[in-house]
Amino acid sequence: MRVPVGWLTEHVALPEGTTPDRIAEAFIRVGLEVEDVRRLGPVTGPLVVGLVLQIEELTGFNKPIRYCKVDVGEDEPRGVICGATNFVEGDLVVVALPGSVLPGDFAISARQSYGHVSDGMICSLRELGIGHDHTGILVLPAGTATHGDDAIELLGLTDTVIELAITPDRGYCFSVRGLARELACAFDAPYGDPGSMEVPEASGQAWPVHIEDRQGCRRFVTRRVSGIRPGTASPWWLQRRLLLAGMRPISLPVDVTNYVMLELGQPLHAFNAERLSGGLVVRRGTDGDKLITLDGVERIIDPDDLVICDDSGPVSLAAVMGGASTEVSGETTDVLLEAANWEPATVARSARRHKLPSEAAKRFEREVDPALPPAAVEFAAQLLTRYAGGTVHDGRTDVGVPVLPETVTMPLDLPDRIAGVRYERGVSARRLGQIGCRVEVVTADDGHAMVAATPPTWRPDLRQPADLVEEVLRLEGYDTIPSELPAAPAGHGLTPGQRRRRAVSVALASAGYTEVLPSPFTSSATWSALGLGPDDVRRRTLTLLNPLDAERAELATTLLPGLIEALTRNVSRGQRDLALYGIGQVVLPHAQPVPMPPVGVAARPEDAQVATLNAALPAQPVHVGVVLCGAWELPGWWGPGREVSWADAVAAAHVVADAAGARLRVVASDLAPWHPGRCAELRVGDWPVGHAGELHPKVVEALGLPRRTCAMEIDLDAIPLLERHPAPAISPFPPVLQDIALVVDSIVPVAELTETLRRGAGPLLEDIRLFDVYTGEQIGAGKRSVAFALRFRAPDRTLTVEEATAARDAAVKAAATRHAATLRT
Amino acid sequence: MSATNDQYDPKQVEALSDGSLSKAVEAARAAFAGAGDVDALAAVRPAHLGDRSPLLLARREIGSLPPQARSDAGKRLNEALRAAQQAFDERRAVLVAQRDELVLREEAVDVTLPWRRAPRGARHPISVMCEQVADIFVAMGYEVAEGPEVEAEWFNFDALNFGKDHPARTMQDTFYVAPTGSGQVLRTHTSPVQVRALLARELPVYVVCPGRTFRTDELDATHTPVFHQIEGLAVDEGITMAHLKGTLDAFARAVFGPESRTRFRPSFFPFTEPSAEVDVWFTEKKGGADWVEWGGCGMVNPNVLRACGIDTDRYTGFAFGMGIERTLMVRNGIADMRDMVEGDVRFTSAFGISAFGISAFGITV
Repeated sequence: MRVPVGWLTEHVALPEGTTPDRIAEAFIRVGLEVEDVRRLGPVTGPLVVGLVLQIEELTGFNKPIRYCKVDVGEDEPRGVICGATNFVEGDLVVVALPGSVLPGDFAISARQSYGHVSDGMICSLRELGIGHDHTGILVLPAGTATHGDDAIELLGLTDTVIELAITPDRGYCFSVRGLARELACAFDAPYGDPGSMEVPEASGQAWPVHIEDRQGCRRFVTRRVSGIRPGTASPWWLQRRLLLAGMRPISLPVDVTNYVMLELGQPLHAFNAERLSGGLVVRRGTDGDKLITLDGVERIIDPDDLVICDDSGPVSLAAVMGGASTEVSGETTDVLLEAANWEPATVARSARRHKLPSEAAKRFEREVDPALPPAAVEFAAQLLTRYAGGTVHDGRTDVGVPVLPETVTMPLDLPDRIAGVRYERGVSARRLGQIGCRVEVVTADDGHAMVAATPPTWRPDLRQPADLVEEVLRLEGYDTIPSELPAAPAGHGLTPGQRRRRAVSVALASAGYTEVLPSPFTSSATWSALGLGPDDVRRRTLTLLNPLDAERAELATTLLPGLIEALTRNVSRGQRDLALYGIGQVVLPHAQPVPMPPVGVAARPEDAQVATLNAALPAQPVHVGVVLCGAWELPGWWGPGREVSWADAVAAAHVVADAAGARLRVVASDLAPWHPGRCAELRVGDWPVGHAGELHPKVVEALGLPRRTCAMEIDLDAIPLLERHPAPAISPFPPVLQDIALVVDSIVPVAELTETLRRGAGPLLEDIRLFDVYTGEQIGAGKRSVAFALRFRAPDRTLTVEEATAARDAAVKAAATRHAATLRT
Repeated sequence: MSATNDQYDPKQVEALSDGSLSKAVEAARAAFAGAGDVDALAAVRPAHLGDRSPLLLARREIGSLPPQARSDAGKRLNEALRAAQQAFDERRAVLVAQRDELVLREEAVDVTLPWRRAPRGARHPISVMCEQVADIFVAMGYEVAEGPEVEAEWFNFDALNFGKDHPARTMQDTFYVAPTGSGQVLRTHTSPVQVRALLARELPVYVVCPGRTFRTDELDATHTPVFHQIEGLAVDEGITMAHLKGTLDAFARAVFGPESRTRFRPSFFPFTEPSAEVDVWFTEKKGGADWVEWGGCGMVNPNVLRACGIDTDRYTGFAFGMGIERTLMVRNGIADMRDMVEGDVRFTSAFGISAFGISAFGITV
């Protein structure tokens, strides 16, 4: 809401010399957000009103140029060149004479142009800094001023415009009336309420109106003005205020309704009464209802919309925008003024449905003072007749049942207890009275003093004691609240899961990975590029209704798309060697959507209700993933470097598992997007928790990744939290070391062979480590030699070589039986 | 050396005479001193300390002395041997030290050669700040609560006192999950975790919730559709707005330095009443110390407490929420939001692993 200070101070008597900056500060202090404080101008004169005496159209130029004789109240008229054509001889215009300076440091001087001396400039609204219009010059309504008058004073160019953001709870601040009241509270200054005007008695109805939907329409007031002079321009002061508030003057009837809305906060509509046929009915939309609104768009009316109808059907989308068929114009002579009060939620839905956040809808969805309609139509009718003549009909229609705020009772000391401040006696009653509440201090049955406050009609937001508390606190000033620390009870610190997640992050970073924050948004095209089959469960995604990018409407089921995106971006910025990791929730929807049950908020939901809410949400486990490409070890003085490989991805998985306190088992797998021969499935026990390896060459090609890019992803939540680690028994006795080399088929996985050896060797085996893998002619095609170092130790005695050898032989035998391994000699 | 008597034949013991002994010792000393290295020293040793050296040969003569002279001659010979051995040992020590030093000198390398072969890792400053802020509150006795990012509208809006059609819902620029009426959104703030905490925990509740949040803002220098917040909630008997102020002042000091403090401006949030915007005083702000918009806060709206089944006559609470990105931008002078979002390793690497530069102030209460 934009409002000139001069308009505000018409209703509140601020202390002498209160500057616009102090006004803005006061607004902030009481809880309004000031977005801008804009001083008009600066303009220095001579800026005067001129009367256009004579217009000479100059020809021969590539645009229309006029040479005008303008009387600026001097002995001789001045000659001024002007490029605008929206004025005629006899019009009043604003002339900046040589020596004046317009906003933007625009200095005016007499100069030769188009073959004449231009002795000043005729100004447009934009040049004066009042509005944005630059399609023509400003023509003042006839009779507004006399030529020669000082235009700085006349145009109010020393005023300041304050722009405020109005929070949804303070609908009444969408008006000069409400804002002036806030200033009165902030400065403890006298206030005159423009909404409290006397409404004269009326006799009979202004127009027959029937409210069919009394829940949606709470009050409907009309007044009719006939015989107004067509073509009457709005007075300059009114136009100026509309302009400074950011609205365009259109015609007197329209301008008047807008003006009253800005001043009082009550949106009005003016029907062309000649175009209305029959009585008005306020109802919900029905099938087939259509309406062309003032913006020229045909709207299909929804059954939830409220419409105002005459015999012809809908003539207005209630509370949002009027219809074109009954639109008033400058030529209208018979006007039906309407001010109503609507149920906010319906208005909010209609405005959203039709994407029409109109000035009216903005106010109605925040609630409008239900007491205002009679005063608002009266004010509008008075303005119309004052400037365009005509007569106000005797009748006034006023139907409906306004919803009025109910009395709220709170303990007298509640503001003190909520703020943690001891306020002076009487502060609550005084502050609540100041905002318009009717206040009574009463004694409750238990003897406690209570404040019973009946909010004014414009404060429907005051519904509970906490709302009253806020009023007292904000008007007393938040800066009076002291700073104290509460004594929280001893907490339990981080949970094991939280500590584990931190440990995993630190471990990956320490291992050389750089953290990125993978985007959750992805597309089905990505799944295809990753080579996921049509039935791959990872294609089962949640989709957004309103994605920022229609191409990326799906929520990722894996971190890989986000990680790959980050990798690609870095590669495109010239990085070659990358090791990235990310930790975050992924979204795994149910196979069949689970409906979200309706749950109220009046009381705590049953545990079963909370459980069904949670059950309807998708699973969202925390995953950790890495992608890496280029060199893991760079070439240098130490020798050649080493490119990343599948083994680095597997190593990253073990880094995660180590940090998470788990042991991973690795088995060969074949899952997109990994290379079918270089994909490791990672298991904890027999439970798969993720995959690691080199990406499929086709995926690398499809996504334009560096060759041999590798990746790993683990479901961190699938790794069970270790509750307690059993302490190992440490034997003080010496070990016996033995090496063996086995020849096996190449397809036998080392992990399985190792496990067989471990089991075969029995409990004396303390450690087994592979130290060589060899293939070659000596071994034979399809075979390989794998060499292990075995360390044996007994817990209670010095182990003999014979015992160790027996255990080793048992291990070899097990490998021979299970994997047809032979001992290489 | 003096002889107490002359009862033996001096010719027979020439080799044991003082003159001979000291001559042999002197010869040994000279030879050892002349040896240039350990090997040369070893080579000259037999001539002076070996079996056929003058001193060892002289020892054989002791037996031919009269018994009463043997003791004296033996004593003198031993002294001479000890002197020669000492000369050898000393020289050897010097030569070994010289040799060792030479070896070390020859083994010297350029220790300034580049050392890093494998990549240097780093943690994202947003993750680190989330943890550090959580730690500040854990130190005050809070616990860290968590919740899902795809959230039920009931938790994200309804239970937080957002009326079904209240304009406050549109303030939030929400991503909705398909199909229409799914009742699910990407959480627009971490506040739904307040409700989850109040439903799941015993009172009193003191929790913070750092987490990822979503709004339909296009990515630009100051906006991002995916961002992070930290939410705080305290519900207890006798909680006041002064407690909220004290808590945020302590938080501000921990993040923005010991001179920092907060300022409240009245505002509106559906889930708090009274509500306030929080500004923080930051002495090291770019362009000079100033107030900086930091977040929102207020006293938990009794409607929220009621939706969680809490006795509003007995309990009050406060809640606050801060943007982690905004905090970092102010705190570390980051000019462009995109730097934090896009995952450029040049940005993240600068912060390293422990990222002490994110918020290194300890809590000062």
